[in-house]
Amino acid sequence: MDCRAFILLLGVSVAASLAAGWASGQTPSAGQRRSGFEYMGRSTQAMQQDDTLNPGMLWVGEGEALWSRPAGAGGKACIHCHAAAVSSMRGVAARYPAFDERLARPLSLGQRINQCRQQHQQAAPLGAESQELLSLETYVAHQSRGLPVALPDDARLAPFLLQGEQRFRQRMGQLKLSCAQCHDTNAGKRLGSSVIPQAHPTGYPLYRLEWQALGSLQRRLRACMSGVRAEPYAYGAQELVELELYLAARARGMALETPGVRP
Amino acid sequence: MARTLIHAPATAKRGEVIEIRATIAHPMETGYRSGDDGKVVPRNILRRFSCRYNGELVFSAELFPAVAANPYLAFHTLATESGTLALTWEGDGGFLQTENVSIAVTA
Repeated sequence: MDCRAFILLLGVSVAASLAAGWASGQTPSAGQRRSGFEYMGRSTQAMQQDDTLNPGMLWVGEGEALWSRPAGAGGKACIHCHAAAVSSMRGVAARYPAFDERLARPLSLGQRINQCRQQHQQAAPLGAESQELLSLETYVAHQSRGLPVALPDDARLAPFLLQGEQRFRQRMGQLKLSCAQCHDTNAGKRLGSSVIPQAHPTGYPLYRLEWQALGSLQRRLRACMSGVRAEPYAYGAQELVELELYLAARARGMALETPGVRP
Repeated sequence: MARTLIHAPATAKRGEVIEIRATIAHPMETGYRSGDDGKVVPRNILRRFSCRYNGELVFSAELFPAVAANPYLAFHTLATESGTLALTWEGDGGFLQTENVSIAVTA
């Protein structure tokens, strides 16, 4: 083989692998989407599916207790306005983050719970990632388990959704990696021993065996950011809510699993 | 009171082998980790779990710092008579919690 033929062959193979990378680098189409659940081992899947094994159910139980516990100056509990969560909260988490008219921006489910506490219960807001907030959020989201993610086609959300998508594709941190480079281009491959999932937030808040605790989607996003040596946005930051919004739009139609279990 | 998840059959036939599953919300802090301030976080673990069936000890386990948070234990026993299963967790700092589960045994 002369030198020129070799270079040509090399060029063709590089182009072919680039084309393959490009094809798999797209946001997965509806038929190719997979929940992180599908990448897990059988024992971890069994743990999520059996409510007597799923540690996330501890938080669901706690949230159920908090739902009817009065708080704040008003002496009111969630149950006094919303009645039984089993019916009133069914499908609610599937529509979050939702647009708030007064603030003119989207709010995550956790932020909405805190807003409710302040406005209607005259109670102090619960801390980000506090056990109380996680429990309430998990309990509310659990009521939508099995329902498809149904982020509304709200024109007011559009600019925030766009921001979220741009942030998903924007390189960040000392490693200069974007979310998309792992979760679109290399989804399904391994990072160390862990499979890189497609970034569909269907199980949140979820129990991570690595954390030995239940955590929110914002905790997950922040952990990814410190992984690429970027300074994570603060809990409740607009940037994180926009990312949540974009991820929810990607997962439209996929079934909610809260409380999920992940390795 | 720590939250628990207990799975045990409400009814069983005499002589039947029954499975009991129990999870408790507990940090199982090892005592080997340091907090944000650099100081060692004091150990806070569960040391012992036991199950008494109408007062008789049918299962017990010792737990150590290597056990993960929110420990889950599953075990079997023989259904002998109707009564109560008393599940007890004991741990550091005087932690003591007992949860009772009723079981009805038919002939």
